[in-house]
Amino acid sequence: MAMEMRLPVARKPLSERLGRDTKKHLVVPGDTITTDTGFMRGHGTYMGEEKLIASVAGSVERVNKLICVKALKTRYIGEVGDIVVGRITEVQQKRWKVETNSRLDSVLLLSSMNLPGGELRRRSAEDELAMRGFLQEGDLISAEVQAVFSDGAVSLHTRSLKYGKDVDLSCPARTRHGFAPSSTHLLTYPEAHISQLGQGVLVQVSPSLVKRQKTHFHDLPCGASVILGNNGFIWIYPTPEHKEEEAGGFIANLEPVSLADREVISRLRNCIISLVTQRMMLYDTSILYCYEASLPHQIKDILKPEIMEEIVMETRQRLLEQEG
Amino acid sequence: MASVTLSEAEKVYIVHGVQEDLRVDGRGCEDYRCVEVETDVVSNTSGSARVKLGHTDILVGVKAEMGTPKLEKPNEGYLEFFVDCSASATPEFEGRGGDDLGTEIANTLYRIFNNKSSVDLKTLCISPREHCWVLYVDVLLLECGGNLFDAISIAVKAALFNTRIPRVRVLEDEEGSKDIELSDDPYDCIRLSVENVPCIVTLCKTGKRVGKVLHASLQSVVHKEESLGPKRQKVGFLG
Repeated sequence: MAMEMRLPVARKPLSERLGRDTKKHLVVPGDTITTDTGFMRGHGTYMGEEKLIASVAGSVERVNKLICVKALKTRYIGEVGDIVVGRITEVQQKRWKVETNSRLDSVLLLSSMNLPGGELRRRSAEDELAMRGFLQEGDLISAEVQAVFSDGAVSLHTRSLKYGKDVDLSCPARTRHGFAPSSTHLLTYPEAHISQLGQGVLVQVSPSLVKRQKTHFHDLPCGASVILGNNGFIWIYPTPEHKEEEAGGFIANLEPVSLADREVISRLRNCIISLVTQRMMLYDTSILYCYEASLPHQIKDILKPEIMEEIVMETRQRLLEQEG
Repeated sequence: MASVTLSEAEKVYIVHGVQEDLRVDGRGCEDYRCVEVETDVVSNTSGSARVKLGHTDILVGVKAEMGTPKLEKPNEGYLEFFVDCSASATPEFEGRGGDDLGTEIANTLYRIFNNKSSVDLKTLCISPREHCWVLYVDVLLLECGGNLFDAISIAVKAALFNTRIPRVRVLEDEEGSKDIELSDDPYDCIRLSVENVPCIVTLCKTGKRVGKVLHASLQSVVHKEESLGPKRQKVGFLG
């Protein structure tokens, strides 16, 4: 059992070393952004004394005539359609309170939850009493934001892919359920959506580091799957062998996960943490490149500061090459 | 300490991982996280040290003051420990929340140093039964990220190593009254030998296996493995 001791070293952030071409315009609350009154003000700004002043600490973003300040460190602010991963904190009368790293606890209504067996019916009093049987305090779920209340609280619902107008033409099994293939929305969901999460690892990062993408469920080729919640909760889990068609899947699979899968999951977790420490955006490509860059090192070594920098530098090179 | 709610499946995953010697962050059951040690950080103390173990941040300051020896040990000085769990470490320590943990850690430190071999207390004696050096060791928890006992024992050892006690001479007058004279040279001081100061190693029984309790600590999910293990066994070993 050897312990590694080291002296603290002041490390310069990676971006300084690489010398970014475009310097971000960073502001702190109270800074004047511009004195030009022709701009429309967006989030994170306010008008005072003929000037546009920032109200949060972050980088200034300008889209034509709209100026807004995107905060660097913030709690999750819900937007309709986002995928979030949350933890149940309370079981109330007709709903669950979910912790999603936002300013207020999010709400998951009983009526928005898909029942096991995939039934579509009105929720009765028995369902209310059996709520704790579905989801208890401490359970993790992945859900979609359905609505945002006026006070900022977010209402969630767990999507079910078996029902509704959205049909996947590439998956012939769906037509067996009797839905006409020529419906309005064609959204392909190749993998079954999981609402209650089973075995795996949760990583909590800042919401501003999760890149907005078309899909947040990724089956990485290295052997694990990842859900990148918009609220900064990232769930890494072993890829299920059989794509379950049951809605929800309330009985979690508690069989031991194989050692190879565990190593992949631990490595991914450490890679995500290294990307976050160097403030890089998280999306499937960056995580995958970081994973590949980390393969020569041992999993537990990835958390050492110098190896972390090395891996992230390599990831950054590859991403830049890929772009341009 | 901070307890964390986990789902059943997550707990099962962690326990199985510990059994296979692969923890959530890739470490084996007996691996520590990286430790950063820095001494001489606080200028107005006799000795100080700061230890960072993952997200755990400990600051220790040692002040040497003159006092009277204890009645049962007239030839020795002694150490006094005080552990302050500040509210900035974790929200649970707000108000008096951190006092219980503080007294528990302080009592453990007293037990460790309550033997002849840890620190040679005779070097702290100035004149028997009258004057001796009292070392006040103050431990401040800046951030609580798991495995406090280990980090604190390392920090105390480093701080004691860094302690510089001014050299004094006892002068006798003709009438017999004693005077204590401090040497003029500010760098003339005595150092303690900390070779035998013990380091605490915390073990945790999770499931069927006993391993290090140093687990991956995430910012809020602090004590995943500690919350699963029913008992904490602390083993102090010398050297």
